[in-house]
Amino acid sequence: MTSIVCKDLCKTFQQGDEVITGLDNVSITIEKGDFVCLSGPSGSGKTTLLNAMGGLDTPDSGEITIGRVRIDKLGKAALADIRLHNIGFVFQAYNLIPVLTARENVEFVMQVSGLDAEERSKRSYKILREVGLEGMENRRPAHLSGGQQQRVAVARAIVSQPTLVLADEPTANLDSVTSSQLMDLFVELNQHHNITFIIATHDLRVMKYAKRLIKMEDGKIISDEKQ
Amino acid sequence: MMTFQLSNTVIFILAWRNLWRNHRRTLIMLSAITVGVWAMIFMTALMRGMVDDMLLNGIRNLPGEVQIHHLQFLDDPGINNSITAPDAKLLKALQSPEVKAWTTRVRVPAVISSERDSRGITLLGVEPGREVQLGFDISSIIEGRFLTGNNDSGLVIGAKLAERLETRLGKRVVVMSQDPDNNIADRGFRVVGIYKAKMDSLEELNIYAGLTTVQKLLKLEDKVSEIAITGKDYRHVENWFSTIKLVAGQTVQTLPWYEIDKYLGSMLAMMDGFVLVWIIVIFLALSFGLVNTLVMAVFERTREIGLMQALGMRPNMILYQILVESFFLLSIGLLIGNALAIGTILPLQDGIDISVVAKGMEMMGSSSILYPALKLNDVLLANIIVITLGLLTSFLPAWHAASFDPVEALGKD
Ligand SMILES: Nc1ncnc2c1ncn2[C@@H]1O[C@H](COP(=O)(O)OP(=O)(O)OP(=O)(O)O)[C@@H](O)[C@H]1O
Ligand SMILES: [Mg+2]
Repeated sequence: MTSIVCKDLCKTFQQGDEVITGLDNVSITIEKGDFVCLSGPSGSGKTTLLNAMGGLDTPDSGEITIGRVRIDKLGKAALADIRLHNIGFVFQAYNLIPVLTARENVEFVMQVSGLDAEERSKRSYKILREVGLEGMENRRPAHLSGGQQQRVAVARAIVSQPTLVLADEPTANLDSVTSSQLMDLFVELNQHHNITFIIATHDLRVMKYAKRLIKMEDGKIISDEKQ
Repeated sequence: MMTFQLSNTVIFILAWRNLWRNHRRTLIMLSAITVGVWAMIFMTALMRGMVDDMLLNGIRNLPGEVQIHHLQFLDDPGINNSITAPDAKLLKALQSPEVKAWTTRVRVPAVISSERDSRGITLLGVEPGREVQLGFDISSIIEGRFLTGNNDSGLVIGAKLAERLETRLGKRVVVMSQDPDNNIADRGFRVVGIYKAKMDSLEELNIYAGLTTVQKLLKLEDKVSEIAITGKDYRHVENWFSTIKLVAGQTVQTLPWYEIDKYLGSMLAMMDGFVLVWIIVIFLALSFGLVNTLVMAVFERTREIGLMQALGMRPNMILYQILVESFFLLSIGLLIGNALAIGTILPLQDGIDISVVAKGMEMMGSSSILYPALKLNDVLLANIIVITLGLLTSFLPAWHAASFDPVEALGKD
């Protein structure tokens, strides 16, 4: 079963007079339950590809299908709904809403989708315990370390059991111990909940966890291997 | 699919906490709204008080909170639209303790001529004693005397009119009008008194002569133009007005003051317009601050707005969230502003002495003590305008926030 199919994706950016290639005819199929790492030098198009697959940005041309839904031509509100219900995001930085506590951040997606309070709180306490943040539920992001914040973001990304988690350099701001804890958590969630992970990273230690490693350069996929 | 829930609590939590994130800015904006709302309500109450006062003086200028006329008199205040003096039944009703005083008058259009000039005026045939009881202010006679009886053959005119006619105390003037048969009726009078009124226009308009003298001149026998009645408080005419109206019967028209005087009535309507303009002007000043506050707030939160959108919050929920934040801000400002306004007006109910500036006000028919008048409708108007226009103004920054591109917004540092 496939999770995501991308066909001939192109994306360019205009910067002054210069036209910058973000994606150059990228086609890729990702199976459900896979654990994919996107690697490549800075500016190779990893973030651009993740954003396109997550419905955050629309490609100039090409097709993206998540499950059975074509998302490349959807409007803002429809894309928002797709993201809300199908995809968990972990960004490189600035992942949390500062005025909400850890638990409220985790509950945010469930709350927007209208889940009742009891269910929300049951799930958020459980998931925060799983990511090792028991007792810190009521802290605001400012009172959490970078690693703890990142774990809250992960908890939020998986709490509503999306089919797909997209993580853009989730370990960039973390020390090596915290990084490997986070990756262990990803692997466990991948195995137990059959959630598809696509992780963009520079970090060699992260790439070791990948079941499938895709390398990019200049907006193109230059290698794609299972390991 | 997600349903758009207006009651979604996360919206309210976010709006409320975001409001207090920048304490200082919020407090400054709150004070601005508070002061604005206070100014709206407080100044409106003062203006209302001033107009109340002018109305009261307007009534005093030709006293009679309730007046009885011929059915056609108000449309055509001529000699033919006269009524008979009060009959026994009405006289009895006029003994009521609610009635403070009453009188009869002849009131006809006429022309007054001196040797220099002539002018159209209103000739009043009055019962001097009763007229004073009703409120004619003897101290407004600045030269000579007031009339002494119904048969007095003298004439009392306004200072302004005397000036226009280039006449003065002791001089003779001729007053000319029509009798019921359309014959010219004229008579010479000696000016025995000159009065000063609060309004120049009245000084030029009304001249006073003895009732019987005028009735004889106009061959009216004992008919009169109006019966004027005064109670204890002009605000509560209703208490006794209906009884008098009933006794006076269907053949005459019995009206309270506010239905008689179109000028005083129009003053009230004009005042309503004034209040609206005043409230809107203050609101406009506030709206700049409000928009600025929200634009700043949205700008500072670009990244987290991008984040919320990226996580799947629809643009219209972002919009709604900013509007709710604005609503909180406006409501708190209104709450304190209202309390402050009421708190400052209530202690002033006994009047504010404005005699320092009162010289100028007298021309407008106002006196030197101002009684603020707090009206529920004015308070409601101020509140409704601030809330609705405030939310409308907030649409701009809210719309801006909702139209962010999540990727771009997240990328901002
Ligand atoms: N909004 C934008 N405006 C202009 N150029 C952009 C924009 N976003 C990306 N690019 C350009 O597109 C190319 C691909 O960028 P992208 O962010 O996908 O690279 P990346 O592989 O994620 O790099 P990094 O490892 O540094 O995060 C780069 O050359 C980048 O400069
Ligand atoms: Mg990147």
